[in-house]
Amino acid sequence: MGALLTEAFITSLVFGAITAGVPLLLAGLGEQISEKSGVLNIGIEGMMLMGAYCGFAAAYYSGSFWAGFLFGGLGGAAVAVLMAVFCVRFGMNQIVIGIALTLGVEGLTALLHFFQFSRTYPRLGESGALRIPLLSDIPVLGSALFAHHPLVYLAVAVVFALGWVFRSTFIGFNLEAAGNKPSALDAAGVSVIATRVYAVLSTGFLAGIGGAYMANVGAGLFIPFMTGGAGFIGIVLAMLARGRPLWVLFGALLFGASLALTTALQVAGLNIPTDVVQMLPFAMVMLVLVIFGRHSYLPPALGHPYVRGER
Amino acid sequence: MNTGSTDPAAAATAAHSGGGEGFVELRGITKRFPGVLANDDISLDFRPGEIHVLLGENGAGKSTLIGILAGMQQPDAGEIRVRGASVRIGSPRESLELGIGTVFQHVLLVQSLTVLENLMLGGAWWRRIDRDAALKRFRELSELLALEISPDALVGRLSLGQQQQVEIVRALWRGEGVLVLDEPTSMLTPEGVRELGQVMVRLRDEGVAIVFITHKLQEAYAFGDRISVLRLGKLVGSIDKERLSGMDEQAVTDEVIRLMFGSTEGHDQDAETLSGLGHRRPHLSAERQAEEPCLNLRAVSTQGDVGECPLQDVSFSLFPGEILGIAGVDGNGQKHLAEAVAGQRLAAQGEIFLEGAKIERLGVPDRRKLGIRYITDERLGEGTVGAFSVAHNVVMKEIGQPPLWRHGISLWDRIFAHARGQIREHDVRTPSERTPIGRLSGGNIQKVLLARELADDLVGEAKVVVFNKPTYGLDLQSTRFARDRIRRGAESGLATILISTELDELIELSDRIAVMFQGRLAGIVENGEGVEREIGLLMTGAAAA
Repeated sequence: MGALLTEAFITSLVFGAITAGVPLLLAGLGEQISEKSGVLNIGIEGMMLMGAYCGFAAAYYSGSFWAGFLFGGLGGAAVAVLMAVFCVRFGMNQIVIGIALTLGVEGLTALLHFFQFSRTYPRLGESGALRIPLLSDIPVLGSALFAHHPLVYLAVAVVFALGWVFRSTFIGFNLEAAGNKPSALDAAGVSVIATRVYAVLSTGFLAGIGGAYMANVGAGLFIPFMTGGAGFIGIVLAMLARGRPLWVLFGALLFGASLALTTALQVAGLNIPTDVVQMLPFAMVMLVLVIFGRHSYLPPALGHPYVRGER
Repeated sequence: MNTGSTDPAAAATAAHSGGGEGFVELRGITKRFPGVLANDDISLDFRPGEIHVLLGENGAGKSTLIGILAGMQQPDAGEIRVRGASVRIGSPRESLELGIGTVFQHVLLVQSLTVLENLMLGGAWWRRIDRDAALKRFRELSELLALEISPDALVGRLSLGQQQQVEIVRALWRGEGVLVLDEPTSMLTPEGVRELGQVMVRLRDEGVAIVFITHKLQEAYAFGDRISVLRLGKLVGSIDKERLSGMDEQAVTDEVIRLMFGSTEGHDQDAETLSGLGHRRPHLSAERQAEEPCLNLRAVSTQGDVGECPLQDVSFSLFPGEILGIAGVDGNGQKHLAEAVAGQRLAAQGEIFLEGAKIERLGVPDRRKLGIRYITDERLGEGTVGAFSVAHNVVMKEIGQPPLWRHGISLWDRIFAHARGQIREHDVRTPSERTPIGRLSGGNIQKVLLARELADDLVGEAKVVVFNKPTYGLDLQSTRFARDRIRRGAESGLATILISTELDELIELSDRIAVMFQGRLAGIVENGEGVEREIGLLMTGAAAA
């Protein structure tokens, strides 16, 4: 076991935790926006996967990682449009539609990928890390924390930006009201439907970027079904964070670390079956839910479509 | 009029307050819903500096009229004139901008935002939040209404009375024109009602036109400058300012009852239910000394989720044939008390005895067999399954048990026959026993619940019954039926717990009245003269310490 605690191991574990955590972070933040506004966005897994596919395709054909993230976000938002139309505009069941969208996107992306690349899995080049001067020279943690793709730092900036939006803008008030007492928002003259539509679209955009990061930076390639439940972990993060973006960040790093540990343990060649190691993050989800699940807070109107005049 | 404001609505009010015409004039408003004519050719004026009371039973069309004024609904015919100009009120925002502020019966505030944030809600999303301006307006209105609420308090932490005051502030936020109050007293303590009265008088004197909707006659008389009565969607009569000032309470009561029911004779009971002047029960205290209590709670506490009020250290005894009223503002632990007795919520601490036997560990079916029954306040949802037939709901708590089931197989003939018997006995108005219960009116659903809970032919004799807000939202006839049933039950020896937010109802029916405040029993008083004041003090927690 002593070999596990070498500097190289710790560096790669922390680096891996961030790489694996960023898609969860973006998904969790996105889900938080939807949930605040009263929409339980189960389709987020599909939005991430679509983001991963579109992001990979864009980066593959254009050669630009930024184009990849942009189209990843748009791909996620495109799936979110369906969610918004069916669940928010027409008030259909959010869980059913969410599952349907996820399943549909799984099939669609696998099919598109097969048409384009048959059974090959082309890789993208190096993603180009931004080494922050000085900080990245700190021993052990420096290169683990401060030598990532710029998007990682952007994602962390989004955490604080979102905290500010929730706390001190009308957008934040509107989201809070849409999830807590939609009739009050309606009476104040703001459209509940529009508020929720924008919330769902931003969820799709953020989750899509998360998926694109997972494909382009995390893996360097697209594989069908590659998100493998990351969107659902994002839902858990949003529920446990009780509306505070900073908690999503902590949670994402925790789950990211357990995902990274999976890889690290496999690399370290411990004599544990890989299937057991790969269960780790999900065991972590259950453990966290058992310990903290009682304290999760959900807005009262979550999951209920809004119809004017109904209570 | 508040002098600091240059609001056009406010200025217009001032200009008009001298003249006799209305700030808002309704002309021939008609609104149809499938199968119902909710508003039939209603014409009314709401004038500055006047409290205009709209009286009517449930279903008289009051709420529809409010909905039209507030921009939630559109009239099928008729004209609305505001300050003399014909307008179309297409949305809640347009209504606010016309100077019409509405306080609805159910609180329309976001519980997780502060008072000031709630008031600012509705600003355009790209704008910066102008806290200082909002604070200034809040101070202005607080002074006008003589309120003492912190602008930074979370709304969820305020009492219902305070939340309503915040709603009044919001209704006046964009100009003091018309203030519409939809049954504002139904959730308030007597103290809260008094404060509301003062607020209304202050506003009236400032030249605001107030529309006050109620179904309580005393309030109409106490607060109204002008009374209009609606019945089945029609305006059936009005008492104007000049005439009202020359009449005493009795004369007004007679006149209004004549308007509401067509004549004074033959409707004594309706009038009695409406004016809350029903007969009090004879007191049983003398007999009670001799008997063993039927139900005993000793230091019962429960655990509550976020937003609930758990019980703390509640103890009392209940005697056979007694009605113990539980008063208190909604949300002070009444629901937990009912559930703790019924067995739906296990007590975290304390003991419950039924006729001397400990029952606090037993679940619902066992307690039901022992004779504890619970009529919930959530008639649809907790009480019944809307999509199931009336018959199914009647036997809901005996599913799978003989004699209506054999080896787990439903004996439908017997179930339907049993249901038909109950429907007849309890006068449930339903097309058939197979109709989904969700299609019935609230009163008829309540009758089915009463039938199920009070019947003792299937599982054994009922001994203790808990009623949670048994007449909430019912029309007069159903209210009377439910109250009769409660009274008759007690006369036949049932020990009864009656939870209600209607003080009149508690005073009419109870032997003793206990007051709940923040999960504790603030006190138990014998029903009698002057009991209202004692209860009022206990309800606000003034006497609790």
